[in-house]
Amino acid sequence: MVSTDHEAVVSAALEKYSSTEGALLPILHEIQDALGYIPPDTIDVIGKGINRSRAEVHGVVSFYHHFRTHKPGRHIIQVCRSEACQAVGALGVIEKLKRTLGIDFHESTSDGQITLEPIYCLGHCACAPALMVNGEPRAKMTPDLVDSLVNELRTKSHDD
Amino acid sequence: MTTKIFIPRDSSAIGLGANLVADALTRVTQSNKADVQIVRNGSRGLIWMEPLVEVETEAGRQGYANVNSNDVDSLFKTMFAGGGDQHEKSVGLVQEIPYLKNQERLCFARNGITDPTSIEDYLGNDGFKGLKAALSLDGKSIVEIVTQSGLRGRGGAAFPTGIKWNTVLNCPADQKYIVCNADEGDSGTFSDRMTIEGDPFVLIEGMTIAALAVGAAKGYVYLRSEYPHAEEVFTEALVIARAHGYLGDNVCGSKRSFDIELRRAAGAYICGEETSLLESLEGKRGLVRPKPPLPAISGLFGQPTVVNNVITFSSVPFILANGASAYKDYGVGRSMGTLPIQLAGNIKCGGLVEKAFGVTLNELLYDFGGGSASGKPIRTVQIGGPLGAYIPEKDFDLKFDYETFAAAGAMIGHGGVVVFDQTVNMASMARFAMEFCAIESCGKCTPCRIGSTRGMETIDKIIAGEDRSGNTDLIHSLCDTMLHGSLCALGGMIPFPVLSAMKHFPEDFCLKPDANKAVA
Repeated sequence: MVSTDHEAVVSAALEKYSSTEGALLPILHEIQDALGYIPPDTIDVIGKGINRSRAEVHGVVSFYHHFRTHKPGRHIIQVCRSEACQAVGALGVIEKLKRTLGIDFHESTSDGQITLEPIYCLGHCACAPALMVNGEPRAKMTPDLVDSLVNELRTKSHDD
Repeated sequence: MTTKIFIPRDSSAIGLGANLVADALTRVTQSNKADVQIVRNGSRGLIWMEPLVEVETEAGRQGYANVNSNDVDSLFKTMFAGGGDQHEKSVGLVQEIPYLKNQERLCFARNGITDPTSIEDYLGNDGFKGLKAALSLDGKSIVEIVTQSGLRGRGGAAFPTGIKWNTVLNCPADQKYIVCNADEGDSGTFSDRMTIEGDPFVLIEGMTIAALAVGAAKGYVYLRSEYPHAEEVFTEALVIARAHGYLGDNVCGSKRSFDIELRRAAGAYICGEETSLLESLEGKRGLVRPKPPLPAISGLFGQPTVVNNVITFSSVPFILANGASAYKDYGVGRSMGTLPIQLAGNIKCGGLVEKAFGVTLNELLYDFGGGSASGKPIRTVQIGGPLGAYIPEKDFDLKFDYETFAAAGAMIGHGGVVVFDQTVNMASMARFAMEFCAIESCGKCTPCRIGSTRGMETIDKIIAGEDRSGNTDLIHSLCDTMLHGSLCALGGMIPFPVLSAMKHFPEDFCLKPDANKAVA
C-alpha cells in the first residue's frame, strides 16, 4: 500500500509529465524534491503510470546516485570528494565531518537531523574544498569551519 | 544619479559569501536612502577574488575583492566619499586587472559584465548578432561557416563540430534534436556552470543556430543535479527568451520553430558520455550505447541528433557574427580559436582563463595562477578531469594544443587544470582514480565494471608492500585490457591517471623507477 501523502505527490508528478517524452527522470526529481527521497512503495505506482515495469523503474532509481530510497535528515550535507577538492584538504574536511556527526557517508545522525553524502564535483574547484548544505554552496571549507557549520545546523533544528 | 553596484550571483561567489554581502549592502543602502541599484552579475572568473564587488564609475568599474559582510559599512563610506581606490579591499579598475586583461575572451566576453537574465544587457553586448546572421543563411551555409572556423567539440573529444552538424543536416528525418551536454562532471572544470549561471543567452543562441543549421525543432539541455543555481538561472533565461520571441514557434519572426527543454541529470558521471546521456534523456539507466550508429544518425529517440557541450554551442554565436576566419585566427595548428581553461585545486589565483590555443602550462600556472595556494612547489597537475594523465613538472612547457597533448600521452579534455603541491601522495590519487571508476562505471562492459575494482585492490596491495613487482605487472596488464577493451572513455581512459602516476612518481608507490614500464 502506498501511503496517502506519497500517493498525492506521485499522482501530481505523473500528471505533470503525462505528455513529456522520456519523463521518468523528471518524475523522480519531482517526487524526491517533494519528499526528500523515492519511497520504495511508490515504485509500482510510478511504473504503472508510465507503462514501465517495476523492475525498470527500480533499475533507474538505483542507477543514479542522486536518488535516495531512504528518508534523509532535515539537513543534507553533500561534500565533494573529487581531485580538485582533495588537492586542498578535502579529506581532512570529510574526516572532520564524519567524526563530528558520528556517521559515515549515506548515513543520518541518530536524531535524524543531518545526512552526509559524498558528491563528485560541485564546480567550485577554484575555491575548494567545497560542499553543499541543503542546496547552498560553501567554499574554501576547513576542518574548523565544519564545527561552526554543524553548530549552525543543530541550532537551526533546535530553534524550529 | 543611480550608482550601480555589481555583486555576482555565480554559485562559487555565493559559496564564498556573495549573498551575505548583497544582503548587507542592501540594508546599508536602504538605511542611508542611497540611490543605488544592486545588480547580480555573473562572475568575471577571478574566483580567488570572489566575492568581487564592482562599482560603476566614470573611468570604469572599480573592484573590491574578497569582500565580506563586515566590510560593507566601510565600503559604503568609501564609495560615496568618491575615493573608490582608498579602501583596503580595492583592486582598482577591474578591466585593468592583468589576469583579465591578458585573456582572449570570445566565449566569455560578457560573463561578469552583464546581468545574466537581462536580455537588454545581452543585446547591448553583441548578443543575438550570430543568430541574426544565421537567420539570413540556409543550413548548408551555416554548417560551412562552422566547419571553416575549425571549431572542435569542447566537451573533451575535440571532434570537428562542422562535420558533426553536416552529418545531421544530411540525414533526412521528420524530427531532429539538438542536445546540449551540460553534465560537467570532470573535477576541476566549471566553465559550463559559469556560462549557464553568468551568460545563459549565449547558450540559447548557440543551440538555436545549430537548430537552424541542421533543421531541428527541439532542443534539450541536460544539466547536472549538482548545479541548482545554474538550473535556476537557465530556467529564468528560457522564459525570457520565449517571451521575446527568440524561442518558440516563430523564432525572431522567421516562421522557424525551435524550443529548449531543461532536463536535470541525477548525479551519474557516466551521463556526460553522449550515448549514456541520450539513454538518460529517454528515461532509462545511463548505460553506454555501442557506436555505431553515431548519435548524429540515430541519436535521441532514434532520430538524428547534434550532441555538443555548452562551450561548443557558446562558441558558435561569435563565429556566425564575426565570420569563420575571425575565430580561426586564434589558435595554433589544428586547434583553432580559444579555450576557456579552468585553474583549480591548489592554485593561488584559481579561476577561468580563456586563451587562444598555444598558451603553455607554465604561463597558466605561474603567470596567471601565481603558483600554488599553499606556497609549496607545484608537483603535478591533472588536466582533462578524472580520466586525464598526471603531468610532472618537467612537462610544464607543454603547449595547449590537442595534438601536442595527445603526443605527450595527455589530453586537454574540457580544459580543467587541477594543481597539486608537494604534499600529494600519487599512490592515493591512482587508487582514487580506480575507485572513482568503480563508483561511476555504468556496468555495461566488463573491463570497466570489474577492472576498476580489481585495479583498486591491486593498488592497495602495492601500497601495502605486497609483491610490488608482480602487482605492478598486473596493473599494467589490467590497464591494457581496460584501455583496449572498454566500450567508452571511462574504462578506456582511467588507465591514464593510474599509469602516469606510476610512471612519473614511482617513489610514492615505493617502486624503483626502472621497475616501471612506459605508459601504454
